[in-house]
Amino acid sequence: MLEVRDLTVRFGGITALDGVGFSVRRGEMVGLIGPNGAGKTTLFNCLTRRCDAGSGTVRYEGADLLAVPPHAIAAAGIARTFQNLGLFPRMSVRDNVLVGAHHRGGAGFLAASLRLPRVRREEARLRAEADGLLDRLALAAVAGHPAAGLPFGTLKRVELARALAGRPRLLLLDEPVNGLNSAEVGEFAGTLRAVREEFDVTVVVVEHHMGFVMGTCDRVVCLNFGRRIAEGTPEEVRRDPGVMEAYLGAAV
Amino acid sequence: MSGPAETAGEPMTAEKSETVGKPVAAGPAAGRRGALVRAVTAHRGRLAVAALLAVACYLPFQLVPFHVFQLTMVLVYAVALLGLNLLVGHAGQISLGHGAFFAVGAYGTAIMIDRWDAPHLATLPVAAAAAFALGLAFGLPAVRLHGLYLALVTLAIAVFLVPLLKRFESVTGGSMGLTLGKPAPPAWTGLAEDQWLYFLALAVAVVTFLLARGLLRSRVGRALHAVRDDEAAAEVMGVRLSFHKTLAFAWSAMFAGAAGSVYTWVIGFVSPDSFSVTLSITLLAGIVVGGLGSLAGPLLGGLFVMFVPSISQDVNEAAPGVVFGLLIIAVMYVAPAGLAGLAARLARSTMRILRKG
Repeated sequence: MLEVRDLTVRFGGITALDGVGFSVRRGEMVGLIGPNGAGKTTLFNCLTRRCDAGSGTVRYEGADLLAVPPHAIAAAGIARTFQNLGLFPRMSVRDNVLVGAHHRGGAGFLAASLRLPRVRREEARLRAEADGLLDRLALAAVAGHPAAGLPFGTLKRVELARALAGRPRLLLLDEPVNGLNSAEVGEFAGTLRAVREEFDVTVVVVEHHMGFVMGTCDRVVCLNFGRRIAEGTPEEVRRDPGVMEAYLGAAV
Repeated sequence: MSGPAETAGEPMTAEKSETVGKPVAAGPAAGRRGALVRAVTAHRGRLAVAALLAVACYLPFQLVPFHVFQLTMVLVYAVALLGLNLLVGHAGQISLGHGAFFAVGAYGTAIMIDRWDAPHLATLPVAAAAAFALGLAFGLPAVRLHGLYLALVTLAIAVFLVPLLKRFESVTGGSMGLTLGKPAPPAWTGLAEDQWLYFLALAVAVVTFLLARGLLRSRVGRALHAVRDDEAAAEVMGVRLSFHKTLAFAWSAMFAGAAGSVYTWVIGFVSPDSFSVTLSITLLAGIVVGGLGSLAGPLLGGLFVMFVPSISQDVNEAAPGVVFGLLIIAVMYVAPAGLAGLAARLARSTMRILRKG
């Protein structure tokens, strides 16, 4: 489904990604791990066209993803969440989720201002779907509340709901359980497993929380200093000497 | 005005817990009042608008013509501020040049009437369309510029407009401006001229408010809010930034142009000095004071723009600017979310008192 090959990204003198390559099959859940600064978020930014690749190719469902303009990523079936939350703080939780479904609507300025019947129908349909998602993720009680001021764990779920509202086929999660307590992490892992089944999405997740990665992912890719240093099942990667060295330092 | 349906849930539960807590002796009277309070709470937005409209239709028959004229101007400014609010309050862009779009509407209408004897009402769509086109053209830099840079470019529009209007004397009448007849009230209405102008302005205001409300409650409105709150995240959600920013600019200019057109009907005179940079800045001050991003903001801002300068003139004839400035500071100090935010806060505490009482 997703095939990254020899991807290199440089910012000035820094090489954030250095010839990274891996692939993701449909229906898989792949964990992307590595110490801070390994290039994980840069990789996500490349996949959502927020930064340009110096060289290398990314193929998504057989097409060249690097040729897709940033605003068309969502329509291509890719959704993401952000490391430090990318919610719209002054909008209500429901409206945040509805923005996630933006590319699935068609109302323009004129039609919307006149509230044409087709705009009302579309609005009712998207609203019903959003409310279904809010129910599914136990967010119905805060639907009318502005995103700003809600607990962090709730906001993480709002972001997941917003990503799912776009009906993605590929879901990119950037540190979804970062900042949650262990009970919340367990809960989020359960939700994610269920959602994966229900919405039939392929997931790539960047995460530092090893328990979460080992427990939920089918396969793990480990990056360090912009290079891929290991790939395999969670168990294999955990025992990989290169990975242990990257995280713990080399034995003297 | 954020939709009564969303807020209806919370007061109802509060009501329920209260009746549970009270002894049963309160009786049916309290139950009836509870039902009334519930109904009022659930539809308070609609009720407020209906009451406001009723008052707005009643007022011109009670006031002297000068006061009717003042209220007409409030409506004209409210329409202009509605446009500015769309851009500044909802899409998060800035414009220090909205007076220019207002002027384009005003002059467009004036020239059409002056040169071709166009019927007054027919000039509005054309003037609004002209402002829309100009807004689209000036919206393009907004795609690339942010914050202060955008402020500077839009300020430039307002600055070069006045000399431009003076330069093309044959069309614009130069510094002397153009004097025009006002639209005559049709006989069947039985209205005086000032009342007829007032109702025309009211009709334009109601239509533009409905258009803006439809826009903001839709996918487009949410996209604008998303652009305002977080551009990067909005783009990942599939919102085309350039498209939404440019069109927000154009729609905003269109509303300002429509307001300018009504301005010409009402005043019957346009001159370059009515549309100096001060107008643009006063409009921006008006919407910030009225309440950014709220539907009531433009109306409150219109009241502010219309009445505060004349009030400050009364307070101290030598320095109206100082009083005007101090009043802005005072309002922002008391109500950081503008007058609309203050009104919402007052409405909430009134509701609380009503529920308790």
